[in-house]
Order: sequence, then C-alpha cells, then structure tokens
Amino acid sequence: MIMATETKSLQTTAEWVARNLPSETIIDVEGLNFYYGRERILHDISLSISGKGVTAIMGPSGCGKSTFLRTLNRMYELTPGARAEGRISFLGEDLFRIDSVALRREIGMVFQQPNPFPKSIYENIAYGPRVHGIRRRSQLNEIVEESLRRAALWDEVKDSLRKSAFSISGGQQQRLCIARALAVRPQVLLMDEPSSSLDPKASAQIEATARELSEELAVVIVTHNLHQAARVSDYVAVFMTGGELVEDGPTKKVFEQPEDPRVQDYLEGRFG
Amino acid sequence: MVPWKDEKATSRMNKQGSRRKSIQVIAFSFLGVASLSALIVLGLILYFMIAQGSKAISWGFITQFPRHRMTEGGIYPALVGSFYLGAGAVLVAFPLAVSSAIWLSEYARTGWWVRTIRVGVNTLAGVPSIVFGLLGFAFFVKVLGFGVSVLAGAFTLALLILPIIIRSSEEALRSVPRGFREGSLALGATQWHTVRTIVLPAALPGILTGAVLGVSRAVGETAPIMFTAAAFYMAKLPKSPFDKVMALPYHIYVMATESPNYWCTKDLQFGTALVLLGLVLTLNLGVVVWRTRLRRRKKW
Repeated sequence: MIMATETKSLQTTAEWVARNLPSETIIDVEGLNFYYGRERILHDISLSISGKGVTAIMGPSGCGKSTFLRTLNRMYELTPGARAEGRISFLGEDLFRIDSVALRREIGMVFQQPNPFPKSIYENIAYGPRVHGIRRRSQLNEIVEESLRRAALWDEVKDSLRKSAFSISGGQQQRLCIARALAVRPQVLLMDEPSSSLDPKASAQIEATARELSEELAVVIVTHNLHQAARVSDYVAVFMTGGELVEDGPTKKVFEQPEDPRVQDYLEGRFG
Repeated sequence: MVPWKDEKATSRMNKQGSRRKSIQVIAFSFLGVASLSALIVLGLILYFMIAQGSKAISWGFITQFPRHRMTEGGIYPALVGSFYLGAGAVLVAFPLAVSSAIWLSEYARTGWWVRTIRVGVNTLAGVPSIVFGLLGFAFFVKVLGFGVSVLAGAFTLALLILPIIIRSSEEALRSVPRGFREGSLALGATQWHTVRTIVLPAALPGILTGAVLGVSRAVGETAPIMFTAAAFYMAKLPKSPFDKVMALPYHIYVMATESPNYWCTKDLQFGTALVLLGLVLTLNLGVVVWRTRLRRRKKW
C-alpha cells in the first residue's frame, strides 16, 4: 500500500545517475502465455531484457511478476500443472529447448526468503561449483572469496567461513544467497523480491549490491516496492493484475512520463 | 451518556457468567484428567513390572542361559536373539522404506498410482501382526525355504515395520523447507543431486527416529516371529542366519503358557518383561533426547 505522502517523492523518479551500459539484449520474450491448469496467469508478454543493468519487474500483488521470473529459469516446471507457451530466446537460443539444469547455471536466482543451506558459510558458496565438477580446494577457495566479495559480504564473514550459515543475520544470509548464486558465474541473476523480509538497511545493501553486479551481468529484480524499483533499476516493466505487461522502458522515462494511464495511476498510488 | 444499569442487572449478569464459567471449569478438568490417562497407564505398567520383576533382575539374569527347564537362570539367549531380529528387521526394512519415502515425497507426482501406494502403506500399517506371522511362515519359511530362522523372522518383522519407517521418513522429507530444494535446483543441480546432498541430510534425524521406533516395535512383537523364527529353548546362540533363535517376547509367552509349573517361573516372566520394557523404553527415550538435541541445533 502506497501512502499519499510517499507519492510525491516518487514523482521525482530515479534517484541515481543514469549509467552508460551496453544495451544488448540477453533474454528476449515474445508472446509468452502462462497457465496454471486452466487459469491463465500471464497474457501475451513480450519483453527484451538487457544483458547489463537492472531490470525491475513491478506491479501489484498477484499480477504474475514472480511467475514471469520463474519462467526465465524454468523453475516453474517444478509446479505441477504449470505450463508456459510462447517464445523466449536466451543468447539467441530457444530457452525452452536448453536443458533446464544447464540453463539454471547461466541464469541464477535469489529468492524472497533467504534460503541458505543448513551448512557452513563456505559450503554454501562451494555447493554450486561442486555441482559443476570443481573439486580442487584452491580453486574452490578462490571462488568462495571472489563470490563473497562480489556480494559485499567478504569482510563481514571472512573469519567465520566455517560457521553455520544460520548464525548470520537475515540481511547477511540474503547476501550469502547472492554470493552462492554468483559462485557458478551466471550471466543473469533473477531476484524475486529479495529484500521483502529485510529491514531498510539490509535492503539498501542488497540494492547497492544488485546495482554494482549489474555492470557485469543482467539483474532482473521483482519488486512491489516502487521506491526500490526507482532506486535500483535501469529499466522497468510494469505488470498489471491479470498478468499483462502494460508498459516497459528505461526507468527514468516510465517514472516521469508513463504512457499508459494505468501505470500513471499505479505510480501515483491509486491502486496496488 | 448511557445511564448505569442498576445493581440487580449487574449481579444477574455476573451470576449467568459464573455459571457458564463453572461449566467451563468442569469441562477443562475432565479433558485434563483424560489427557493424563495415558501417563497413568504407563505409570501403572512400570509400577507392576518393577514391583514384580525387579526380584529376578541381576547381572546373571541377563548374562546366563536358562537352567532347569527354564525355571532358573537367565535370559541371555533371548536377549541376543531379540537383538538379532531387531537389527535384521531394520537392516532389511530401512533401505526399502527410505527409498520409497524418497520416491513418494520427491519424485512422485499426484495421481492414482501414488494414491494407491499411500493407501497400501496405510493399510499395511493396520494389518494385524499375526497375519504377518502367517505370511512370513508361508512365504519366507516355506516358499523361499529359509526355514524357521533368524532370517525369516527378520524379513517378517521388516514387513511389519516397513510402513512405520516409510511414513516417518516421508514426513521427515516433507518437513525439509522448499527453499532448500529450490536453492539447489536454481544453481543448476539435478533433482537427484539435490535430494542426495541437501534434502536427505536435512531429513536424516527424522528418518533415523523412524528407524529406531521401528526397531523398538520389532523387538516387542511376538506373533510375527512365533512361526518364523522363535525357538522354545536353545542351549546355544544361533550360529548362522538359518538357525532358530530365542526372543524376549516369545520367551515370556512360552514361560507363561507352556511351562509345566507356571508359578515357578512367575518372577522370571516379570523379570523378562521388565527387561523387554526397559529395552523398548530406552530406545524410545533415546530417540526423544537425541531429536530434541538436533532440533535445538537446526534453526529453520
């Protein structure tokens, strides 16, 4: 729920300095429809996702934004009765024909609730590389350090790598999950409302991390928080109840001059 | 302003209220006493067993063979036999049960086939133990030719505890948070890898709990081993899995029903029952303690 007092600051739009990132498309979605059983969750979605920068998927609850995200790494396939139709190309290849296990190595994911494994901090990060056959200790050590640094967590945990991942705070756990995803060196990082369970400070850290990472890879972040979208993203896509994509484009443009009146209403807090 | 109601009305309301409250007190007391009944029964059993059986208990009682047509001596061979049967049963049942639990909870999609298996497991849990005994006799003893032996008894008991371990394992697997699985799959791990490295280790305490409960059930059963494994009396411990074996519950049964002078063995019977009860309670208690320890350690 957006309060009236907050609405004004939203009008000031993106709170960052626009970046000059290359804008090559990495994922191209065309005419995507999604069904749970007979219920249609997504209607004819077409969207290009840039290979660098942060793309925010926003919209009111139940508009299918998380479903959309789970289509991109085909996590939806775990849900019985879920079905996607349409074309998605990833680096020019048909995403639905890539082996889902291989695909998820390239397209990592961070979830709504921090979900570290019940293992040590080190083992959490090393898990992914091990899955993909890396066994050498020195190489694993390197990956663990690099991933934790990229997730801006290294300095906080470097002396407690052997401790349980549950011994650190919620915000740290979420950054651990980011580091875990980075450890397999994905080209895309999907984030499903990654800070919805965190306090504002931890949330800001996640946003800063996402922004920094997006200089090297594509970050797609789902959020129902307009401020967060404005703060963190270079591009936005606005979904509406019923699973439609009503507007997308550079964050600055969509926030300042939305074309669709529904987006205008949404940004001004009239619904959502 | 609403005027104050007169005193009478207030006391009338209070009276009604207090009547309803006293009904509530009665109801809750009844429910509380009812919930105590399980504890009371357990207490009574323990009391009788200890009062009657402790006379027979001594170091010799659990380390010696029976003597004088089982009117004197110890229960050593029955204790060892029960151990063999319990261990054998869990060795056979555990891999089968855990495999089916993994399949049911991780791989099986919903459908009539899965429903049928679930119904089957639940029905199996409700089959009377004497029926397992007869089945074991017909199948393991006769058809497979194991003879009346430790092996046949262990297999029969394994069937009996199969549903117990399946259900507790499945529950343990299901209680592993979905986030663990998704986290692993999202890294490009296969489902099997996820089950092996994340889900199973997290569910292991629950699975082992089920296994121990299965053992304690198997150790206490008489009917399934009556025709398949149990010996009236043996002067030696079994040398191979194809030998007959003495077992605690059957030993009690034999002393109580087939001994020519039942009264002479009364203390021995209660002593044996006390040992059996102690064994089962220790197993169960051990599981409880161990599980609470593990629970304190894990924080999801």
